[in-house]
Amino acid sequence: MHNTSQSQELVVSEALALEHGLTAEEYGWIYEHLGRTPTWTELGIYSVMWSEHCSYKNSISVLKTLPRDGEVMLVGAGDENAGLVDIGDGLAVAFKIESHNHPSAVEPYQGAATGVGGIHRDIFTMGARPVCALNSLRFGPLTSPRVRYLFDGVVRGIGDYGNSFGVPTVGGEVYFDPAYEGNPLVNAMSVGLVKVGRTSSATAASVGNTIFIVGSATGRDGIHGATFASEELSEESEARRPSVQVGDPFTEKLLLEATLEAIRAGVVAGIQDMGAAGLTCSSCEMSAKAGVGMHLNLDLVPVREPRMSAYEMMLSESQERMLISCAPGREADLGAIFGKWELHAVAIGHVTGSGRVTVEHQGRMVADVEAEHLVLGGGAPVYKREARRPAYLDAVRAAPIPPDVEPGQVAGSLRALLAAPNIASKRWVYEQYDTMVRTGTAQGPGTGDAALVRLKGSRKALAVTTDCNGRYVYLDPRRGGQIAVAEAARNVVCSGARPLAITNCLNFGNPYKPEVFWTFKEAVAGMGEACRALGTPVTGGNVSFYNENPEGAVFPTPTIGMLGLVDDLDAHGTGAAFVATGDLVVLLTPGAWAWCTSVAALGGSEYLATVHGMTAGSAPHLDLREEVAVQAALLRLIRAGLVRSAHDVSDGGMAVCLAEKAIFSGGHLGARVDVSAPATCRLDALLFAEAQSRIIFTTESRAWPAVEAALSGMGVRAQVIGRVWEGAFEIAVAGETVIKEAVPNLQAIYDHAIAKTLGIPSAAD
Amino acid sequence: MHSYKARITVTLRPSILDPQGKAAHRALTNLGFSTVQEVRVGKVVEMVLHEPSLEAARAAAEAACQKLLANPVMEDYAVTVRRVPEIAAAS
Repeated sequence: MHNTSQSQELVVSEALALEHGLTAEEYGWIYEHLGRTPTWTELGIYSVMWSEHCSYKNSISVLKTLPRDGEVMLVGAGDENAGLVDIGDGLAVAFKIESHNHPSAVEPYQGAATGVGGIHRDIFTMGARPVCALNSLRFGPLTSPRVRYLFDGVVRGIGDYGNSFGVPTVGGEVYFDPAYEGNPLVNAMSVGLVKVGRTSSATAASVGNTIFIVGSATGRDGIHGATFASEELSEESEARRPSVQVGDPFTEKLLLEATLEAIRAGVVAGIQDMGAAGLTCSSCEMSAKAGVGMHLNLDLVPVREPRMSAYEMMLSESQERMLISCAPGREADLGAIFGKWELHAVAIGHVTGSGRVTVEHQGRMVADVEAEHLVLGGGAPVYKREARRPAYLDAVRAAPIPPDVEPGQVAGSLRALLAAPNIASKRWVYEQYDTMVRTGTAQGPGTGDAALVRLKGSRKALAVTTDCNGRYVYLDPRRGGQIAVAEAARNVVCSGARPLAITNCLNFGNPYKPEVFWTFKEAVAGMGEACRALGTPVTGGNVSFYNENPEGAVFPTPTIGMLGLVDDLDAHGTGAAFVATGDLVVLLTPGAWAWCTSVAALGGSEYLATVHGMTAGSAPHLDLREEVAVQAALLRLIRAGLVRSAHDVSDGGMAVCLAEKAIFSGGHLGARVDVSAPATCRLDALLFAEAQSRIIFTTESRAWPAVEAALSGMGVRAQVIGRVWEGAFEIAVAGETVIKEAVPNLQAIYDHAIAKTLGIPSAAD
Repeated sequence: MHSYKARITVTLRPSILDPQGKAAHRALTNLGFSTVQEVRVGKVVEMVLHEPSLEAARAAAEAACQKLLANPVMEDYAVTVRRVPEIAAAS
């Protein structure tokens, strides 16, 4: 690290460039472009702008294959800080998911907190007010003390920041697998609302405009965070500790209000938040976007510490800051608005026609670089990395699947699955989050397939979810990528919404490893296929490479954040829990689906992982045409008022799906189900396999003829498999009862498993 | 074995943002303490150890800081140890 205080500049050499994460070739291009040796500050600027985090240099060629057009899209993917989707009534939703994996691995509490702060800023920098947040988290097994420390710190960090900021955390997911030990994944998503036409843009706008830095003062926080995110974690990165940024949610709240007020008042010509690479990234990207230049005088930047160098100020990742291009003549208004909220708003430069970002410090010009040469789509390098199919795929698929479960062991397997941290209730997590603040939450965590957030003053609601099963993607990257999108859409549909668009956070290993790059390409191809089939374009997102540690890469994990719209919340909003005794329990599947699935259907299942300790086989069955038909069918039933509850069959298979519907009811409603499968079926595959495109819903008995009529010709099959029953939970296969449990017992296992693993007595104990 | 009292001061490292200190600074300024230039908030931990020597007591206190009392990622700590009159070990 070079964060010693200095006026002394380091002498730039190729060796120093390599230390900054640039390649010798890249350093050569910089030298050639400038026609001279870059200054130390310029080297810092290039190193962050050409890091994967800012330039997407290794991923953009693949990302461009994703479908990024759709009638609901108001801005192009990647054009602004977040995607913008038209939801009608003059309203738009800005939403995005982003990773904060590496900071969270080093300092879990602050890493996760600043991840939440950063993604909210991406939303309100567009003029949208954040209305809810979600988080997709992955850790190693909770048996490891280090993992428990990371898990606890990340959850507290998200809770403390989000709760203080005043935006509800309404959903998300948490997975545990040895693949994530040492390199947890912390993906934070924010969703905001804005009136169409009232948005702001990340542009420097017009020549002559004054450039303001607003928000917090600049310190030495997180210098080189962006390059830090673009390398593998090692013993050395442990020692690079000074880069920890600290979040201040109360200042962020002030920044939110000041920013929205300034945008509303028309004093903002362009604005970008300062996340990774702070002042560098915001000034260069805003300039390049408008095809202009910018002159900055760092002596004017409010600093928290004395003697900061130009290098440090340009690279600082101090939180809760924004860069604003002020509308001409409105400088005093801008200052007054931010002053009212007790925040700095200091003019530090102006927009020039030169196309260059020029930086002056203590009377010297410390950087003079062409904005266009630094950015994605301009001069930033674009690579096509070598891809090679990994050898492990054959090994995992050849692994022998253990013999079928004995009927007497089925109930034990179900209990084991309900206690598995991947399936068990995440209440220990979400009870630390304020899920209700702003009073818009119609369905929060733990009771439905997607969260539902009311649009006040209308009958509509947003449905939001995050989804990805990394194990599937590991076993079959392409189908795993398809399933991540398909399941996210299915969850949104189960809650009564029409899927609109996705954002994604692609967490992979080192892209220079051909096997890693192959899985990346395949997974993105799979996502693209599913997005096309489901009509949900990609609005943007984030790529996080280098998620590795000495033990190897994490499971390839393309987290999907899905946005859906419920047209009429009161009529269509649907939960997962059983609603009333006597309702019919119906299994909705593709028309061609038969009871007897092959042995391979257990591949990638939580059952294999929990009961047999295996990550083996291939990803479960998915056919996108079937998936589209099933989702369309359920949505038609929901809109016709024929569905009382709906829950898709996912981790843990049909048995866990049914158990969850009982548990979510509060423990008083169960079901008696008889699966009339032929005796030749494998019992474990029947009950615990995770073949996709299946939904279990309930309907009133008298509505059944209407259900059958509505589904006619839709290419799906709906079978009544039982009835909702008071208190009892029984599953029979071809007349033979294999599970008979009291629902409160299942609920106790499910609710307290994670707290128990953590050694925390829960309130109910 | 003797009793030793360790006094541990935990402070944020110099470059780390201190929102609590910032809030205290603002409140002090609002109360009229116009000369206050900066506020940083830390904590003091006192503990009594039963150890054979001053060095052993210091080592134990240091280890406690590393493992629990301080967050070495963000905080510095300073330990002073002195011998105190015997305190019976907790039953």
